[in-house]
Amino acid sequence: MLFMLIRRVFLGGVTVCIVSLIIFAGVEMLPGDACTQFLGEYQADEELLAQCRKDLDLNRPPIDRFAEWTQGAITGDLGLAADGKTKISTIVGDRLKNSLLLAFCAMSVGIPLALLLGVISGLWRDRLPDIIASTLAIFAMTIPEFVSATLLILVLSVWLGWLPGIVLTSAAAPASEFFPEILLPVIVLSFVMCAHIMRMVRSSVIDVMASDYVQMATLKGVPYWQMVFRHALPNALLPAINVVALTIAWLLGGVVVIEVVFNYPGLGRLMIDSISDRNLPVVQSIALIVASVYVCVNLAADLLTMIANPKLRTMYMRK
Amino acid sequence: MTVSSNSHQQENGRFMTVMKDILARPSGRIGLTLVLFHILLALLSPSIAPYDFKLQNSSLMLSPPSGDHWLGADHLGRDILSRTLMGGREALLVTGIATPLAVMWGGFIGILFGLVGGRVDEVLMRIVDAFLSLPWILKMLVLIVTFGTGIGVLIPTLTFFYGIPVIRVARAATHDIIARDFVWAAKARGHSRISIIWRELLPNVLDTLMVEGAMRWSWMLLAFSSLSFLGFGVSPPTPDWGLMISDARGFMSFAPWGVIAPVIGLSSLIIGINLSADALAKALGIDRAQKAPM
Repeated sequence: MLFMLIRRVFLGGVTVCIVSLIIFAGVEMLPGDACTQFLGEYQADEELLAQCRKDLDLNRPPIDRFAEWTQGAITGDLGLAADGKTKISTIVGDRLKNSLLLAFCAMSVGIPLALLLGVISGLWRDRLPDIIASTLAIFAMTIPEFVSATLLILVLSVWLGWLPGIVLTSAAAPASEFFPEILLPVIVLSFVMCAHIMRMVRSSVIDVMASDYVQMATLKGVPYWQMVFRHALPNALLPAINVVALTIAWLLGGVVVIEVVFNYPGLGRLMIDSISDRNLPVVQSIALIVASVYVCVNLAADLLTMIANPKLRTMYMRK
Repeated sequence: MTVSSNSHQQENGRFMTVMKDILARPSGRIGLTLVLFHILLALLSPSIAPYDFKLQNSSLMLSPPSGDHWLGADHLGRDILSRTLMGGREALLVTGIATPLAVMWGGFIGILFGLVGGRVDEVLMRIVDAFLSLPWILKMLVLIVTFGTGIGVLIPTLTFFYGIPVIRVARAATHDIIARDFVWAAKARGHSRISIIWRELLPNVLDTLMVEGAMRWSWMLLAFSSLSFLGFGVSPPTPDWGLMISDARGFMSFAPWGVIAPVIGLSSLIIGINLSADALAKALGIDRAQKAPM
C-alpha cells in the first residue's frame, strides 16, 4: 500500500516535470522571443534587440534558463512578464483566486445536483425522471458552451432581465463583489459538469443495482431504501470520484470560452490574452499551474478511490 | 484471390448488420439523418444559397426576417440564411480530414507501443499524460498564434493533438487482446511485428477505434467552433457558425435572429454526430458511459 502510494506520487511528479519540459521546449522552439515581441517584430534594429536580450538574460543557453525557471517555480517565484517589469505571481495570483471562486461556486451547485440526479435516474431507469434528465444531459454535453451561454444570456438577461449578462468587476476585486454577476457563468458551468457526472453516476447505479449482492439483499428481505442507502450507493458512488476530479481540473484550466463569453477575469482569459500578446512567460506559468492542478487532482482521486475501495486496498496490501 | 473476396464479403455482411443495428435505434436514425443532411448541405449549399454569402448591403443592416431575406441580415447587411446554410462547410472539411488522420496515427502508435511494452511504453505513457494535462485550448492556440490561422495550420494541429488521447485508448484495447492465444500463435509462427499488428491486433481493435473516431469527431467539431468563436478559426469573410455567433452576440438584444440561426445549425450537427456515435457504440457492443469530459 505504502509502496503503491509512493509510486503514484513519484509518477505524478515525473509527469509534472515532463510537462514543464514540454512547455519550455515548446516556447523555445517558437519563432521570435520576448524581445522581438516587446520591441515590435519589424521595426526593432539589431542593436536594440541585442541590448534587450542582454537585459532580460536571454543570451544564456536554454538549459541554464530552464533550470532557473523551474527553481523559481518551485519556490513560488514565477519571474517577470514579457514587459520585464510586472511580477507574474501578482498577475496570475488575482486570476487564480477568481478562477477558484468560479470553480468553487460551480462545484457546490453542480456536484450535489449531479449525484442526486444520477441516483434518481439510475434507480428509475427508463422512466420519466430518467428520460428527462438523460435528454437534458445529452444536450448539456454536446452543445458547445458558448452556445448554451449565449442562449442563457439571451433568455435570462436580455429578455427576462433577471441576471446581469456579463461580469464588469475588475480582476483584483474581493470575492463578494462578483455577486450577482457570477451567477450566470456558474449556472452554465454547473449545467455542463452536472451532465458528465450524472451520466457516470447513473450507469454505475444501474450496474450496482443489477449485481448479485444487491439481489441477495433484496431476497433476504432488506427494506428497499435501506438496501439502496447501505448496500448500493456506497459502491455506486465510488467511480464518480474520478469524474469529479477531471471536472475540477477542467474547471480550473479549461473554461476559457465561458470566461470570454461572460468577460470573467479568470485564469482562462489571462491565458488567451497572454497568448495573443505573445506574453510567453505568463503562458508558461499558467500552463505549469494548470497542468500541476490536473496531475494533483487526478492523483488525489486515485488515492481516494483506493482508500475507499476495500478490494483495491487489500489487493495492494497482499502484493 | 478467393480468400480475399471471401473476407471482403464477410466484411460487407458485418457492415450491413452493424448498419441495421444502428438504424434499429431511434438515436441512430435521428443521428445519421442529421449527419447526412449536414454533409449534403455542405456539398450543395453553394448552389442553393439564395444570396452571395459575402454580399454586403448597408440598407439591410440587422434587418429582421422578411420575405426576401427569410432569416434577416447581419451587422454588415449580409443574408443570414445563405451564411447559415454554408456555415458548416469549413468545419466539416477540417474535422472530416483531421479526425481519420488523428485516429490513424494515434491508433497505430497506441497498438505498436501496447505490443512492444516495457520501458519504451512506460516513457511514452508519461509523455502522453503530460500532454493530456495541458488544456487543449492552450496547446492549440500557441501553435495557431505562431503559425497563423487557416486550414493549412488547423488540420495538422487538430490531427496532432486529438491523436494523443487515441494512443491511450488504442493501447488499452491492445492490452486486452494481446495475451490471447491467437496473438501468441502468431508470435510463435514467427510473424513480424507489423504483420501481427496488421493481421491480428488491428481487426480486433478496429471497433474501439471506430467508436473513438466518432467521438473525437464531435469533440473536434466543438474545438473548431470554439476556436472560430474566439476568433482563431476561419478568417472573416468565410461563413462559419462559431464566428457568426460571436459576431452577432453584440447585437443580441435587438437582433436575436443573428444568433439563433447559426446556433441551430451547429447544435443539430453536433447532436447528430453524438447520437450516431452512441448508436454505433451500442451496435458494436462498446460501453461508452465511462468516457471522461474534455
